[in-house]
Amino acid sequence: MLLQVQNLRVSYDGIRALHGVDFNIDAGEIVTIIGANGAGKSTTLRAISHLVQVEPGSRITMEGRDLLKLPADQVVSRLGISHVPEGRRLFGNLTVLENLQLATFARHDSAAVKKDLKRVFATFERLAERKDQKAGTLSGGEQQMLAVGRALMSGRRLMLLDEPSMGLSPLLMSRVFESLKEINREGTTILLVEQNARMALKFAQRGYLLENGEIVRHGPTERLLNDPEVKKAYLGG
Amino acid sequence: MTYFLQNLVNALQWGSFYALIALGYSMVYSILMLFNFAHGDIFMVGAYIGFGVASALVAFNSLGLVVLPGWLLLVLTILVSMLLTSFVGMLVERIGYRPLRDAPRASAAITGLMIGIILETGNLALLGAQRVRLPTMIQSVTYDLGGVFITNKKIMIVLVSLGLMLTLHQFVRRTKWGMAMRAMAYDYAVVPLMGVPLNKIAAMTFAIGSALAAAAGILYGVAYPVLDPYMGIVFGWKAFVAAILGGRGSIMGACLAGFLLGFIEIFVTMVFPSTLRDLIAYGIIMLILVFRPHGFFGEAYSARLRL
Repeated sequence: MLLQVQNLRVSYDGIRALHGVDFNIDAGEIVTIIGANGAGKSTTLRAISHLVQVEPGSRITMEGRDLLKLPADQVVSRLGISHVPEGRRLFGNLTVLENLQLATFARHDSAAVKKDLKRVFATFERLAERKDQKAGTLSGGEQQMLAVGRALMSGRRLMLLDEPSMGLSPLLMSRVFESLKEINREGTTILLVEQNARMALKFAQRGYLLENGEIVRHGPTERLLNDPEVKKAYLGG
Repeated sequence: MTYFLQNLVNALQWGSFYALIALGYSMVYSILMLFNFAHGDIFMVGAYIGFGVASALVAFNSLGLVVLPGWLLLVLTILVSMLLTSFVGMLVERIGYRPLRDAPRASAAITGLMIGIILETGNLALLGAQRVRLPTMIQSVTYDLGGVFITNKKIMIVLVSLGLMLTLHQFVRRTKWGMAMRAMAYDYAVVPLMGVPLNKIAAMTFAIGSALAAAAGILYGVAYPVLDPYMGIVFGWKAFVAAILGGRGSIMGACLAGFLLGFIEIFVTMVFPSTLRDLIAYGIIMLILVFRPHGFFGEAYSARLRL
């Protein structure tokens, strides 16, 4: 087991957003968490990256190591967990190349960094063409590529993806998902959070359904795709 | 004309002091969105540390084991004091500001003012009320350039200041630490997702700002050797004004505004009695801010993202 989340509870200003969420991910898998707006999907990812405080009793381990005891930057630099946050959150004042370089801040394996950079540019050729351009001037699709590329530079073990399809045209969306598949084949485990349930379930191998801060269903994605309840509520009947 | 040029030289010198101090305000603001109101007193501490280091070096020199030339004493004084003062800055960040990182900004501002008072009165308790004198390390040489008198000290002050500013600029543009600072200025919350330790960058920023303030303190001491524990207050406020005028968070802006402040002050005294200097100078600056509330290079920060 790569990542194990047990009894994850998070509150915002006294209002509980997650009521004891449990799930786990094996190495090499693509797992998705689907659910409606406000179900707690992003909060789950944020808890893993320490962007929100968890309540006592929550447990998150990466290969048996207590993730919650590490400072936020070491979740990335030591455990190799990267996070493509909601809304991409690129550094618009830095160039494309600088955004990618910053993601390697804590890495000292300069040969491997060079190789990874090459690979990112091979996957997303547009980024190579625009590497000296400020990230703020990129189009939406290019920004999403850069957000994924940046995550690839910071950690290659587990990638947390928050709504990567947001704001992309169907064509660009399938390009981004194609490259994610490729990244997965190369050994990066993926945890995908999506509102677009159909797409997410087709892309992933296993899925969890989150409703009001609780996991209400989980299993292989084929089963969820055919589940009448899921169909009715999330796949448009 | 010579009168004008003479004043221009003086304005450059004063502008150097303001600019070096303003940089500390600006850098800390850009990454942590707080004004370190103890920064003027860090300038004072830097000057006093310079006094201590210089006195020790001069005493060592007078032993006669090795006789170091005056310029080398000054260079050593500046470098050692910058290093020591950077630790003071890091301590201020660690003790005063880090616990308040997520507290309302007003709490941090009040803390800054209190740290300032502690530094002033701490100095008073340690060294007593009498003023101290920075030892003379280089002899004054005055050059007569067609009626404009320039001392070697003034040239040195302006050149060293510009050198430090350029070094900082390169550091922020070219190194990964500088890149992390720029990223923090843009979107603080996601910087840890890049594997960047925020606390280290914050400490480093305080260290650099404090080191520059120390350099300003010693350069000031070279020009006006008498130091007192409250020398940082007025300097601090004026440099703060420069930081605002330059545009909150802008390094280039802080430098330019520092020099502009020097120019306005000096040129006001060309026309008006010197007792009216600050009244008129800061009236002018208020007018500028009415028309450019974000300063020269400032952006409206309200659009900034936070998690």
